[in-house]
Amino acid sequence: MTTTSTHQTEITADPDVPLVRITREFDAPPAKVVRAHTDPELVAQWLGPRGTEMRVDHFDCRTGGSYRYVHTSDGVEYAFRGCFHEVRPSKLIVQTFTFEGFPEGVALERLVLEDLGDGRTRLTSTSLVDSFEGRDAMIASGMDVGIREGYERLDDLLAR
Amino acid sequence: MTADPLSRVFSALADPTRRDMVARLAVGDATVNQLAEPYDVTVQAVSKHLKVLEDAGLVSRSRQAQRRPVHLEAEVFDLMTKWIERYRRQAEERYRRLDAVLLTMPDDVEPIPPTQTQPTQTRSTQTRSTQTRSTRTGESR
Repeated sequence: MTTTSTHQTEITADPDVPLVRITREFDAPPAKVVRAHTDPELVAQWLGPRGTEMRVDHFDCRTGGSYRYVHTSDGVEYAFRGCFHEVRPSKLIVQTFTFEGFPEGVALERLVLEDLGDGRTRLTSTSLVDSFEGRDAMIASGMDVGIREGYERLDDLLAR
Repeated sequence: MTADPLSRVFSALADPTRRDMVARLAVGDATVNQLAEPYDVTVQAVSKHLKVLEDAGLVSRSRQAQRRPVHLEAEVFDLMTKWIERYRRQAEERYRRLDAVLLTMPDDVEPIPPTQTQPTQTRSTQTRSTQTRSTRTGESR
């Protein structure tokens, strides 16, 4: 984990639609980067949040395929599933993403791979949800302080 | 726009010019004209940027906006940037694990695995090695 790299992950949020965009460059050609997204044995090694175990139920990364995997953290299971809507090897993956604990919510995710030459790739991942609140919940999902407490504190600050 | 507070702050800070302005205001209050100086844009364009920052609660100014200094609401700014930076850092950690996985892969790999793989359970060394740290800092989600 200390082998890389000066690449920095960049986050941007679209002002007009509830979308988060994450951009990152990798010292590997597109075929390798995409394989790490399409091969369940590789996906399980990096996708889950740290400190969690990832079990892949099924992972059929082809146009029209689907996936389901489970993260286990402190004995609690969090299951996620979705469909691969369009898969163009080394170019593009369009998929849906749903947390089974909130099954009516769904994100539309788009992964675009850009060949930078010299064995490098720029990966742009966008996640579109159906409300700004949903996007905020996504952003705040990793916080020690829950989003509600955060909002309460923000409300206090803005009310001054 | 009817977006909620975090969305407004997030969007406001997504623009590099507005981030510059926030950085300038972190040093001290400034007038609109002072803020416009470093940029090759009109005062009107700067005012437009300031309006976005103001709507997000990040800066405040009095009614006589042209003359009165703009003030950075540092507490709001700190709270919001913490949220956004945490999200960014989690993505960065995930991609560093991906960097490590890429190093273990052969160069001539096919983009899609050749056969459908059976259900698999993996506990990566990366996950294992970071577990104590995440416990210590309480940062796992």
